[in-house]
Amino acid sequence: MDYDVVIGLEVHIQLLTDTKIFCGCLTKFGDAPNTNVCPVCLGMPGVLPVLNEKVVDFGIKLGLATNSTISERNIFARKNYFYPDLPKGYQITQYDYPLCKKGFLEIDVDGGSKRIGITRIHMEEDAGKLIHDEKEDYSYVDFNRSGVPLLEIVSEPDMSSTKEAVAYLKELRQIVMYLGICDGNMEQGSFRCDANISVKPKGSSTYGIRTELKNMNSFRNVQNALEYEISRHVELIEQGKQVEQETRLWDAGLGVTRTMRTKEESHDYRYFPEPDLIPLIVDSVWIERVKKTLPELPREKRHRFAKDYGIPMYDAEVLTQQRDVADYFEACLKFIDAPKDVSNWIMTEVLRVLKEESIDITKFNVTPEMLANMIALIKKGVISGKIAKGVFEEMHRTGKAAYIIVEEKGLLQITDEGVLREKAKAILDSHPKEVKSYKDGKVQLLGFFVGQLMKETRGKANPKLANKVIKGLLEE
Amino acid sequence: MKVDLREVEHVSRLARIYLTDTEKSKFSAELSSILEYMDLLSEVDTTDVTPTVHTLSIINALRHDARKPSIPHDDALQNAPSESNGMFSVPKVIE
Amino acid sequence: MLEIARRFRRDGLNPVEHVRHILKEAHDDKLNVFISIDDEGALASAEKAEQRIRNGDEGTLLGIPIAVKDNICTKGIRTTCASNILSNFVPPYDAHVVERLKQRGCVIIGKTNMDEFAMGSTTATSNIGPSRNPWNIDKTPGGSSGGSAAAVAAGLCAGALGSDTGGSIRQPASFCGVTGLKPTYGSVSRFGLVAFASSLDQIGPIARTAMDVAVLYDAIKGYDPKDSTSVNKDYKVTSLDELDLKGLKIGIPPMFFGEGLNHEVEKAVREGISIFKELGAEVVEVKLPHIKYGVAVYYIVATAEASSNLARYDGVRYGWREENSRDLVDMYASTRSRGFNDEVKRRIMLGTYALSAGYYDQYYEKASRVRTLIIEDFKEAFKACDIIAGPTTPTPPFGIYDMLDDPLSLYLLDIYTVPANLAGLPALSIPCGFTTSGLPIGMQLMAPAFGEDLLLGAGITFQAHTSFHEERP
Repeated sequence: MDYDVVIGLEVHIQLLTDTKIFCGCLTKFGDAPNTNVCPVCLGMPGVLPVLNEKVVDFGIKLGLATNSTISERNIFARKNYFYPDLPKGYQITQYDYPLCKKGFLEIDVDGGSKRIGITRIHMEEDAGKLIHDEKEDYSYVDFNRSGVPLLEIVSEPDMSSTKEAVAYLKELRQIVMYLGICDGNMEQGSFRCDANISVKPKGSSTYGIRTELKNMNSFRNVQNALEYEISRHVELIEQGKQVEQETRLWDAGLGVTRTMRTKEESHDYRYFPEPDLIPLIVDSVWIERVKKTLPELPREKRHRFAKDYGIPMYDAEVLTQQRDVADYFEACLKFIDAPKDVSNWIMTEVLRVLKEESIDITKFNVTPEMLANMIALIKKGVISGKIAKGVFEEMHRTGKAAYIIVEEKGLLQITDEGVLREKAKAILDSHPKEVKSYKDGKVQLLGFFVGQLMKETRGKANPKLANKVIKGLLEE
Repeated sequence: MKVDLREVEHVSRLARIYLTDTEKSKFSAELSSILEYMDLLSEVDTTDVTPTVHTLSIINALRHDARKPSIPHDDALQNAPSESNGMFSVPKVIE
Repeated sequence: MLEIARRFRRDGLNPVEHVRHILKEAHDDKLNVFISIDDEGALASAEKAEQRIRNGDEGTLLGIPIAVKDNICTKGIRTTCASNILSNFVPPYDAHVVERLKQRGCVIIGKTNMDEFAMGSTTATSNIGPSRNPWNIDKTPGGSSGGSAAAVAAGLCAGALGSDTGGSIRQPASFCGVTGLKPTYGSVSRFGLVAFASSLDQIGPIARTAMDVAVLYDAIKGYDPKDSTSVNKDYKVTSLDELDLKGLKIGIPPMFFGEGLNHEVEKAVREGISIFKELGAEVVEVKLPHIKYGVAVYYIVATAEASSNLARYDGVRYGWREENSRDLVDMYASTRSRGFNDEVKRRIMLGTYALSAGYYDQYYEKASRVRTLIIEDFKEAFKACDIIAGPTTPTPPFGIYDMLDDPLSLYLLDIYTVPANLAGLPALSIPCGFTTSGLPIGMQLMAPAFGEDLLLGAGITFQAHTSFHEERP
């Protein structure tokens, strides 16, 4: 039998504000435990929350970027449950009145596009971090993360394959990074994802029983967990068994999902309006102010790059992965009108160096103007592509312009036929045996002679010319 | 009984409070009589009445995203019933 | 208080000597009024105050000994809420009101007894045992701010801070024959007040006279950006002058004089109202048709909020923890079961129930809607009058252990005080007579939001023409 898969995703993103959502402690990651804490984020008696307005700005930004309706009236709520990392015994979140509703985003899959609905986006606070030690009877709590602002983005169950789910996540992650509201780091947990999944016989109008999946901290994990879960559901259905409605954890080590809590164990969160916070009213002036700060979104940019610059869609995807890289690309084009050449250099050399040395492109020694000028030297035949790679490394190392490096190191391409001919003659003279073989018909030795000439000129010989000169001499 | 023993147990679990059998019966009786009194409210017609959360008419209490000093690490932990390596320790949490 | 301030400057009363004397009295106290006494801190601030007074500083509150209820956080001084679960908690911060008092040079003598987490009206649920009424030690001083009210009545401080969620300032003020103000919700910062029910709690002053209450209120009121429910407006200094009551309309809700009202209380309050009449006020009848639902609404809203506010007492970050626990869940439940007394557990259970799946609409949501109707009742009533008057409590002070076994009956005694909290309105309790056995009786005055000036003015005027507030136990 064939099956339809129904997937909905809940994503939590940590926001790049300087301070926490309800107090002035820093949101910095990686500091010593319990150093970025205060009575408010430790949930001490008698202290009160005050909302960070930037969290609202960021929420509106994401709402606009996902075509959502921004709610005018916002009420915070308490979600009550006990856990050692939750200092107040409740989480301040939004319940009946989320900041954004009824949005969507477009994803590109299999050459087509699909619209995925976004049910809601709301603001809430993160919990602290529990540290477990296998060998000990205790767990430890660090509250540095307690109160870090989060946005929760809940999608409609609109995805019908793992491929679509991953495409949605990638698109969303790219958007939040473009907006500068989240660093998108999945491993460190600043971009976290839970999934709701169910399976039903193809065409059936009733949904299957769904399970909720947690603990997937990479795209690969999401993919593997969803695939595992789909086949588990299908198997159960085919065996005539029931899928249990429950929450399951993905175990990346074993590659399986396992029960975390059953429906009976599900929480009664006793949501009610947070009396310590007053209503938040977002008016059109506020929304307009935020709208002015919205950048071009990744998908728009991707399609514009492909269309306007005539580069392949693949190139456009790679270049728009990060907003700063896309900006770099476009900055280069201000100095040289050669989109494909620039794209090639960025996709290979530039991204390689940035990755190897974990450099931020905005702090890269080789400015767009420098890269463009270097490419211009190649196109004018001043240096060869091969030499250019060395020049590029040198630019990165020293911050010097390409033409200066070329001059200082004498890397100008040798395009003087007379000079090359002289050097070529000397090479042929010192290899009589090879010359004889060539003349006897072993023409593939041409490459050998050209190679010798390149070596002799330390790569500076214009390759085309070198070829021509050698061939001419051998066939004299 | 408006609130039977089973419900008392459920609520005490939600509230993380242990009750002895005697306490359970006592709370069952007391909560029942209190809640019966509260049923007085059912005679009030509240259709189209907005619930009150705040008596205030103020809105938008916001702060700038500006740092305020955190408290010293020692102050954060000074009241901790149990601590280790600068962290609060609790009996092992089993996921 | 104003009297002491005057004596510091005219009669040569020395602030340090005075505080030393008060501290000695506090240590000798038989009323069980204090949970903690801060000798060192009190003397240090008395010395500073003395210096400032000598240098000609006119600040009224300089060197004035003040007692603070033990649910208001004091940096470096234990703040227990009269609960085992916080018995060792030392806050690393001051409540906003404490900061304000310190700035004015007040001397904080100590922390006063109360019902555990302010849940009660007798102080009998305190983990150090009940305080006693200075007028009769077999009677309760009321609660939950019973320690603060008794301390003022017994002269163990010149003024005190209490907190009022459903009458916790006014009822003990009434029982102890002193004056107490529950301010407008949002006029005094709640930062540092250990929350019982966040939408109802308000800190307020207790002192002998309305004038002293006005001075203390001025010191603590005002906008505080640390409390989102603090109202940012122009707060004016309260006038200490008598008001011309001619034409002032005093509204009397018949419901306040209905079934269950003790006749001695009724008589004293009616006489108090006639004094206002003699001073030129006009008495009108006002209807508050939904007031009779006040107690039901109050106990749902207050316990629901409390069940959540008290979830943070889990033995993880501070407070008492049950050490011998099998696992985490066991640690939570044993800590909380042994850390809280019965009344707190009862209210947590009630509130948890009212918010739980299947009951939310019937209880919490319903109560929140009826609360709206009560607020509208007051709006309507204040179209016809300036002040609403009535008894503060239906009974005079009762025996310390009289009501413990019947929670509902005890709750029902809050009938006159809870409406002001539900509607966020200011309300003042002033002494207006005594029972034949010599126990104090209080009268409650309520005004529209931010009508403290009017309430205090009326109180000051009333006290200029009566002497109930001058009686001493």
